[in-house]
Amino acid sequence: MLNQYPLWKYLMLAIVLIAGSIYALPNLYGEDPSVQISHSSQALEESDRLTIEQALKKEEISFKRIEFADNKFLVRFDDAQIQLKAARALKEALDKKHLIALNLAPATPDWLRSLNASPMYLGLDLRGGIHFLMEVDMHAAIKRVEESLLSDIRSFLREEKVRYRGVKRDDNTLVIEFRDADNLIEAIPKLKRQFRQLEFTEIEDQLRINAKLSEVAVREEKKSALQQNIITLRNRVNELGVAEPIIQQQGDSRIVVQLPGVQDSTRAKAILGGTATLEFRLTEGNVTDWYSAEETGRVPVKALMYHERDGSPVLLSRRVIVTGDMITDAASTIDTDKGTPAVSVSLNGKGAKKMNDTTREFVGHKMAVVFIENKVETKMVGDEMVKHRTTTKEVINVSTIQGVFGARFQITGMESQEARDLSLLLRAGSLRAPIEIIEERTIGPSLGADNIQQGYRSVLIGFLLVLIFMAVYYKAFGLIANLALTINLVLLIAILSMLQATLTLPGIAGIVLTVGMAVDANVLIFERIREELRNGNSVQASIHAGYEKAFSTITDANITTLIAAIVLFSLGTGPIKGFAVTLSIGILTSMFTAIVGTRAIVNLVYGNRNLDKISI
Amino acid sequence: MQLLDGKLHIDFMSKRKIALATSLLLIILSIASLAKNGLNLGVDFTGGYLIEVGYPNDADIESIRNALANNNFKDAQVQNFGTSKDVLIRIAPSSDINKASISDKVLETLKNNTDQSLEMRRVEYVGPQVGEELRDQGGMAMLVALFFILVYVSLRFQFKSAVGAILALIHDVIITIGCFSILQLDFDLSVLAAILAIIGYSLNDTVVVLDRIRETFRNVRRTNPGEIINLSINQTLSRTLMTSFTTLIVLLALFFLGGEVIHGFASALIIGVIVGTYSSVYVASSTLMAMNITKQDFLAHTKEKEEVVDDMP
Repeated sequence: MLNQYPLWKYLMLAIVLIAGSIYALPNLYGEDPSVQISHSSQALEESDRLTIEQALKKEEISFKRIEFADNKFLVRFDDAQIQLKAARALKEALDKKHLIALNLAPATPDWLRSLNASPMYLGLDLRGGIHFLMEVDMHAAIKRVEESLLSDIRSFLREEKVRYRGVKRDDNTLVIEFRDADNLIEAIPKLKRQFRQLEFTEIEDQLRINAKLSEVAVREEKKSALQQNIITLRNRVNELGVAEPIIQQQGDSRIVVQLPGVQDSTRAKAILGGTATLEFRLTEGNVTDWYSAEETGRVPVKALMYHERDGSPVLLSRRVIVTGDMITDAASTIDTDKGTPAVSVSLNGKGAKKMNDTTREFVGHKMAVVFIENKVETKMVGDEMVKHRTTTKEVINVSTIQGVFGARFQITGMESQEARDLSLLLRAGSLRAPIEIIEERTIGPSLGADNIQQGYRSVLIGFLLVLIFMAVYYKAFGLIANLALTINLVLLIAILSMLQATLTLPGIAGIVLTVGMAVDANVLIFERIREELRNGNSVQASIHAGYEKAFSTITDANITTLIAAIVLFSLGTGPIKGFAVTLSIGILTSMFTAIVGTRAIVNLVYGNRNLDKISI
Repeated sequence: MQLLDGKLHIDFMSKRKIALATSLLLIILSIASLAKNGLNLGVDFTGGYLIEVGYPNDADIESIRNALANNNFKDAQVQNFGTSKDVLIRIAPSSDINKASISDKVLETLKNNTDQSLEMRRVEYVGPQVGEELRDQGGMAMLVALFFILVYVSLRFQFKSAVGAILALIHDVIITIGCFSILQLDFDLSVLAAILAIIGYSLNDTVVVLDRIRETFRNVRRTNPGEIINLSINQTLSRTLMTSFTTLIVLLALFFLGGEVIHGFASALIIGVIVGTYSSVYVASSTLMAMNITKQDFLAHTKEKEEVVDDMP
């Protein structure tokens, strides 16, 4: 008998439909304004709930509920104003190590959450926030490695008692010069054994060895610089207090950072891109030496020329006592003696020991704190892109070592905002290589809300117009197609929700387009059925032939669109990817509902009956 | 309801010379405009700044322009965006302004220039390296999509049909991009996405017509290719128009209700759907006529296909 489906096909459809409805459902519940509370160094515990509750009760702030998951608390509120008030109250009540972030948490009911159903994730263009694309300056990363190798080679040759004339860096080559061939020949095997990441070439007649980082080593260094920077950025974003940030690698030298809900892009840029760090060095000579060195331009071999913030010269030892990497914790405070802003610093074991040894040996000497900042910027000069790298090295403080100190001490010489930012940067760790922001997209909250509203409205209106048109044009079959179109929309949203795909404005456009194009398959089938009927075939035979003959055409037509969508996905950056995703999933769901879905309904309604006429 | 009754017999092929002339004219106009005016590329491709601000009341464009010019932003383009309250400012990438703070400076300038409370709606910065990459990748994506579709079509259809489909596709893409050049509409990343969707959509239509031509050649005894192609186009015309119509309905909804940001995207698709509908009727089929398609072309192909099937275990 024509046009009948076995029971299992109906059951399968029913299951798909029920599952689809359940997973699409969370999108109807909207979001709760909420505050997320986490801790910068330790995991929060269930027992902290009481503190939060008390803090809110004290300010008479009503909340929906407090949830605890992944070592974080989430407090939900009725509206955004209470949310802001609560965030302020919590910031005051809890100590500075607690990170308070505003968030929009899906208001999915518990029974849906227990099924792992959650709404689509809204992209930044819909919820507002900042998107950064950052490029890690790999050139600087490699230079840094090469420079540290220089000093390693020096100390290694000294330890091995090989006499050398000098070690210097020339472009991407480390040049080791010798006084005689004997030492050179002696050095080669030793160097090769010790520095496996380097490739050595001997130039005997010039008494030197050229060393270059091997390709593998360069690749490894770049990878680790990128990873290290991602870790640092993650720490910094946590310090900023952003709920649900995204920090991801893109390509082999880029990092995407997305900060939902953040509006202040100036501060975000300063914190994320900041490379500020500190160095501690002893001074060389006295103030008279410094000025005469500045005048004559002759700097003693052991010293380097630095300047204080007011421009006055300082000669510092080439040897660094402690670098920023050795700082484990930092907080901005007020210096109790002078009443000026200060940063209190804690060093790790190695740093503390070095500081301790140095201060013991050099009591009464002067020590300087150097503030270092690296910047990289790409500018257009004519048609050429040129990278500008600038390094700022300023002495922020020169003071006499009064006594021995080690792991903990204070630094002064900054303004208060600077002290706050510096302590944040020191706490979160330094960037291995400077980064440059090469793309920024900030969406204000009002535009995000407009985008959601307009997108939603255009889907709805477009959808309704198509429904009306189909019903008028194809009558009963039109209603069947409309049912299929509705199911298609539900399934599309369900799949997007299950995949936790990011919904963007172009993504919504993709849904709209899918609605328009989804009827195509049904139109093809219905036109076929009409044609078969016109040719004098029976109703059942026409329905059957209509579906059969239209099938290959539908497949062909949709595959071409799918190819374009997949190419689009692979090209895609951010929002465009959202379009490609909704378009491709929409094509698949519309093929499914048109071919299997409407067929089932048609079979259910018309199958196994003697009909002379159908309403098409 | 049936707008076109099934016994429709419009003689499309007799007018194909006129269609050919129209297509050629449109393509020449498009290419000429592309060569002369180029595309009005958005910041996505050129690099630079785009800042959208909202005022509670009507914004005074002239005063904003002057304020910016007095603050070192002489090249800033200022225009209304959607409503008279929203203003869009574009600043080309430049070597002498520090880019990290440029958006702050612009916003500050605007705030000082008005008593109204100003709202930042959107800031986009695209560095020169990213703009160049997106330009390259965009062009590449179009070529890759065209290539894969070419492969698919030539596997699925015989040679002459594949040529027809590809010509129809190129026709649609050139004319759509041409419209953007002639009207100097903003060509940004979302428009590029729309063009790629058109590549898929245009073919969708053409494939349906070609499918029918193949079927009719096999099943109908008449041997005059013109008649057979006419018959096939007439048979699929109702579907072609229906689908284009429903797609246009939703696109118009998107165009009028979707907001200013999505305007370019919706415009590109509307142009593409209209041109694509026309090309699916004329371009592919005229190509078949020009290449002297015969029943033999399709029969040979079927035989080949059957042999391939026979080889399978």
